[in-house]
Amino acid sequence: MDYDTLLQLLGSTLRLGTPLLLACLAGLFSERAGIFDIGLEGKMLMAAMTSAAVAALTGSVWVGLAAGIAGSLLMAAIHGIASITFRGNQLISGVALNFIASGITVLVAQSLFRQGGRTPPLAGDARFSPITLPFAEELQAVPVLGPLYHDVISGHPILVYVALLCVPATWWLLYRTRFGLRLRAVGENPAAVDTAGISVIAMRFAAVAITGVLCGLAGAYMSTALQAGFGREMTAGRGYIALAALIFAKWRPWQALGATMLFGFFQALALRPDVVQGVAGVKVPVSALDALPYILTVLVLAGFVGKAIPPRAGGEPYVKER
Amino acid sequence: MADQAEKGRQATAAPSPYAIELKGISKAFGPVQANRDINIAVPRGTIHGIIGENGAGKSTLMSILYGFYKADAGQILINGTVTPIPDSQSAIRAGIGMVFQHFKLVQNFTVLENVILGAEDGFQLSTSLSKARKALEALSRDYELDVDPDALIEDLSVGHQQRVEILKALYRQAEILILDEPTGVLTPAEADHLFRILKGLKEQGKTIILITHKLREIMEATDNVSVMRRGTMVDTVKTAETSPEQLAELMVGRKVLLEVEKKPAAPGRTILKVEDLRVKDEHGVERLKGVSFEIRTGEILGIAGVAGNGQSELLAALGGMAKATGRIEMNGAALPVAGRGADGQSRRTAGIAHVPEDRHHYGLILDFSAWENVAFGYHNDPKYQKNALFMDNAALRADTEAKMATFDVRPPIPALAAKNFSGGNQQKIVVAREIERNPELLLVGQPTRGVDIGAIEFIHKQIVALRDQGKAILLVSVELDEIMSLSDRIAVMFDGQIMGFRDPETTNERELGLLMAGMSGEAA
Repeated sequence: MDYDTLLQLLGSTLRLGTPLLLACLAGLFSERAGIFDIGLEGKMLMAAMTSAAVAALTGSVWVGLAAGIAGSLLMAAIHGIASITFRGNQLISGVALNFIASGITVLVAQSLFRQGGRTPPLAGDARFSPITLPFAEELQAVPVLGPLYHDVISGHPILVYVALLCVPATWWLLYRTRFGLRLRAVGENPAAVDTAGISVIAMRFAAVAITGVLCGLAGAYMSTALQAGFGREMTAGRGYIALAALIFAKWRPWQALGATMLFGFFQALALRPDVVQGVAGVKVPVSALDALPYILTVLVLAGFVGKAIPPRAGGEPYVKER
Repeated sequence: MADQAEKGRQATAAPSPYAIELKGISKAFGPVQANRDINIAVPRGTIHGIIGENGAGKSTLMSILYGFYKADAGQILINGTVTPIPDSQSAIRAGIGMVFQHFKLVQNFTVLENVILGAEDGFQLSTSLSKARKALEALSRDYELDVDPDALIEDLSVGHQQRVEILKALYRQAEILILDEPTGVLTPAEADHLFRILKGLKEQGKTIILITHKLREIMEATDNVSVMRRGTMVDTVKTAETSPEQLAELMVGRKVLLEVEKKPAAPGRTILKVEDLRVKDEHGVERLKGVSFEIRTGEILGIAGVAGNGQSELLAALGGMAKATGRIEMNGAALPVAGRGADGQSRRTAGIAHVPEDRHHYGLILDFSAWENVAFGYHNDPKYQKNALFMDNAALRADTEAKMATFDVRPPIPALAAKNFSGGNQQKIVVAREIERNPELLLVGQPTRGVDIGAIEFIHKQIVALRDQGKAILLVSVELDEIMSLSDRIAVMFDGQIMGFRDPETTNERELGLLMAGMSGEAA
């Protein structure tokens, strides 16, 4: 494998890892606050549809992005009301939302556009286009680092950079601010937060709302940046992969970056069977490569990553004890 | 100094000498009247005890004061001013701090993070953290409240965790500190330290409310004491002018015998023989390190010791709940100590009944009804079977009703879920289940933990009665008083071993205390 091929692989790792990263950070906020969210998948799917549909109708990707966030927030609100206000089972609420998203996205897309549940292909301003970072062209001649900057770091849609910036932002918010302290406390021991005079319910709703926004970004990226339009089940289990990455990362932001990029790398590999054949020396079936990220997911969930301790109050509705 | 003068002026300006007054507080949970027309006045700068049996309504009253519950009727006055307390935030603002029985700490946060949680200055944490660090240094200097501000809570001992709770309250400028059963989880030395801290706080003008059911602590630490009984405030007296006997009587409404009345033991043949019994925990650490003893019929062997010195493992091994090595002989026949036949069912068949230490985890299923709980462990009893397929629930309910009558379980409703009984009544259900089987050997762990005085007396009588029928009893308790008054022979455990055997008639608390601390009998 030559250097150019490696750069291509890394570039597409970043592109494919971005929705995973956004979804993983989304899950991090929710789960750190004690709300398990298996419905990342559904929220992304909903956002992918609403953003693509609105972008197609208005011709503006930014309006589409706002609609994607709104769609995801709506799903997050339902999850919040079910599991925080009414103390329902968080897993069941999440699964139900995934089913709803799976059906309703196709239904709405079909009734709007009559194209078999897809949105029309997006082009021009209705889609996020790659942006070239400053000096990318000028520095391309610099050996080794120049092409790395030009081919891997530069040349992605803006949401890729937003996702990357979300990592230090999440770290700062979580570990360096009052909000983060309370958020982490509410996922570990909500009674401590309650007796300190802070509303557990408000904290958890705030966390679920952030999850909604980040899933909205992830879904909008899928349909308006990574691809050009919404298609049925286009998230293809990325919400679940993000959950696996979250466990892999042990609910920490920087580790989430590493974990999601590893999954992204496997997805990138699956798109380049020729590279795999070149390196491994044998022809690996494409379907086996496609399965790689999912196999890694199973391995992670089966506990091959060492002991991962989830937030202690995770999954438990908070009830004041006598 | 200027600060204190300022405080003094405020105190003289305040029209009321009372830090807290509660007037006509009532609170009902459904049909249960937890508090009925409670009136209490706590003078500023005193330690005020609130004592009462489990379920007397002490914790409910304090939860109302801390804004956890809203009273159905009544007023709260802070420093003479009517102060509504609808939530914990208002309580904190009114200068009230609460140390709950079960600490409200975040286990994987540092001490500092726990202290500032909810009392942060500004959005960024760094300023709050450095301010709290300075404040903590001052507080620990003034009040013997040393804790490492950077330690994680999960690495601290229970006593230190409690100090963090007190620091949390003081950091929020609490002038009134409520402690709910603070010594339940502490070693005697830690408890003494706590009382020194409380006295120091009192000298600084803080008002302290101490909720407990331990008479000794009330007598030692408080200035005044209020007694609650079944949701009502019975009386408030000066501690110096009362006695433990009088308080106990006020609590239960009748005379109680704190000493257990019993005839001298008439031990017979050896029934249980234990040799070199060893138990390892899940990390492979040996917790029980080769224990040997015998119990004879008609005697109570008391196992004394600070919690966590192998007593739990000893009970678990004898009760068939833990894998062990060594030898257990019952009536001359060896019982399996591991693998097949080393389980609770086989032990019961061999005539060993077990009242486990932790009734919530091993004694009862809290969500199940009383009659279902009475069946556990004895569900294969022929008298509970209707036919090959079904259990005879009617017989079981009738049997439970009879047991409830004998053991004075209140309320005597077999269909009520176990969690709806008070601690004492839950324990009576467990004891009734085990004793009524007429076992040859009864293992009892912490029989009166979290149990009120009336029930303690009752359970003690049942244990002595069983002994007088010629049965053997192994009693494990961390309450030295209980060991001293019930046992016919005392074994003291330390670090997984028996330090020695003593006769309760000739030994004293000091000697036992030294053995419990791991010092040999000669030094004592």
